[in-house]
Amino acid sequence: MAIYGTALLALCTLLGAALGELLGVALHVKANVGGVGLAMLLLIAAKGWLARRGKLTPGLRLGVEFWALMYIPIVVAMAAQQNVLAAVEGGPMVVIAGVTAVALCFGLVAVLGRALDGRHGGRNDG
Amino acid sequence: MGAATMGEIAQKIVADQGLVLAFALVGALMWGSAAISRYLTAGRIHASAIAILAALALAWWGGVLTGGKKGLADVPGLAGLALMGGAMLRDFAIVATAFEVDVIEARKAGLMGVIALALGTVVPFAVGVGVAWSFGYRDAVSLTTLGAGTVTYIVGPVTGAALGASSPVIALSIATGVLKAVLVMTFTPMVARFIGLDNPRSAMAFGGLMGTVSGVAGGLAATDQRLVPYGALTATFHTGIGCLVCPSIFFLIVRALA
Repeated sequence: MAIYGTALLALCTLLGAALGELLGVALHVKANVGGVGLAMLLLIAAKGWLARRGKLTPGLRLGVEFWALMYIPIVVAMAAQQNVLAAVEGGPMVVIAGVTAVALCFGLVAVLGRALDGRHGGRNDG
Repeated sequence: MGAATMGEIAQKIVADQGLVLAFALVGALMWGSAAISRYLTAGRIHASAIAILAALALAWWGGVLTGGKKGLADVPGLAGLALMGGAMLRDFAIVATAFEVDVIEARKAGLMGVIALALGTVVPFAVGVGVAWSFGYRDAVSLTTLGAGTVTYIVGPVTGAALGASSPVIALSIATGVLKAVLVMTFTPMVARFIGLDNPRSAMAFGGLMGTVSGVAGGLAATDQRLVPYGALTATFHTGIGCLVCPSIFFLIVRALA
C-alpha cells in the first residue's frame, strides 16, 4: 500500500525534525540542527531494514518515490516565492558579499573534489 | 448575470483550492520549460534550470506587483504556492530523495562533508565581515550579523536577534543570504562542469560548502536530479552549525579583532 510508504516517510521526517530540535536545545541554538539530514539517515536505515525482511513492496516504494519525484516541482514553487526583489535591490554591499562568497565556494568545491580524487582516484589502482 | 456568476465561481475556486491550483500552475510552468529546453536550446539547458529561473523571475515580478516578501505567492489567488514551496513540503520531498542514496558513496564522503561544512561556514562569514568592514561597519554586532547573513538567510537574522543588531542590519543580512540562494540556484548548472560537480562525493562537498538548503536544492535539481540527496544530506547541517557558531565563537573572534 502506497500510504505505508508515505507514512514511513512522514514518520522519518517528524522524528528527524524532533531530533534536530532536541539537538538545537542541547547546543543552545535557536535553530533545527540537521533535522532533515537525520530524517534522511533514518529513512535510509528503514529502507535497509525493510529490504532485509522482504517487506519493501512496490506499493510502499511508490508512496516514497512519488514525493522524491515531486521534489523538483516543489523547488520550482519554492523559487517562485523567494524575495528576489529585496535580493536584487539590496545595494552594492549585498551584491559584493553574495557574489564573492558564492564564487569562492564554487572554487572550493572544485578544490575539494580534486583533493579527494587524488586520494581515492585511479592512480594507485593503475 | 452569466459573466458575474462565472466570475464568482472562479473566485471561489481560486480561494478554496489554492494548493491544487499551485500544482496545476507549476505543472504548466514545467511543461513550458521542457518545451523551451527541447526546441530552443536543443536540450543543452536543463528543463528544471529553466523552470527555476522562470520561477525566480516571476517571484521578482510578484514582488514588484505587490510589494510583499513572498514573491509570486503574495499575488492574490497564488497563495497556494507558499504551501507547495514552503519549508514543510520542501523538507518532506528532500527526505524522500534519500530513498535512492548509495550508502557506500555517502559514507566515503563523510570526512569530506565535515571539511566542506567547516569551510562553507568560515569562508562566507569572513567574506561577509570583510565586505561589511570595507563599507564602513566597525561594531562587532553589525559585522557578525552581516557575516552570518552571508552564511545563509536564516543564520543572519538568528544571529542578529541573538546579538541585538539593528533592524536595517538584519534586513541587509537577510538580503545577502537570499541573494546567495538565488545565485546558487542560477549559476550551479552553468558552472557544474567546471567544478567537477558530477558525482555523489562532489555533490556532498557542494552541499556543505554552499549550505543554503534552498540554493543547494534548486541548484542541484537544475543540474542533475540524482545528485540532490547527497548535496541535501550535508547542506541540512549547514544552517544549524551556522546558528551555533556565528553568535558565539565567531562573534567573540570578531569582537576581539574589531
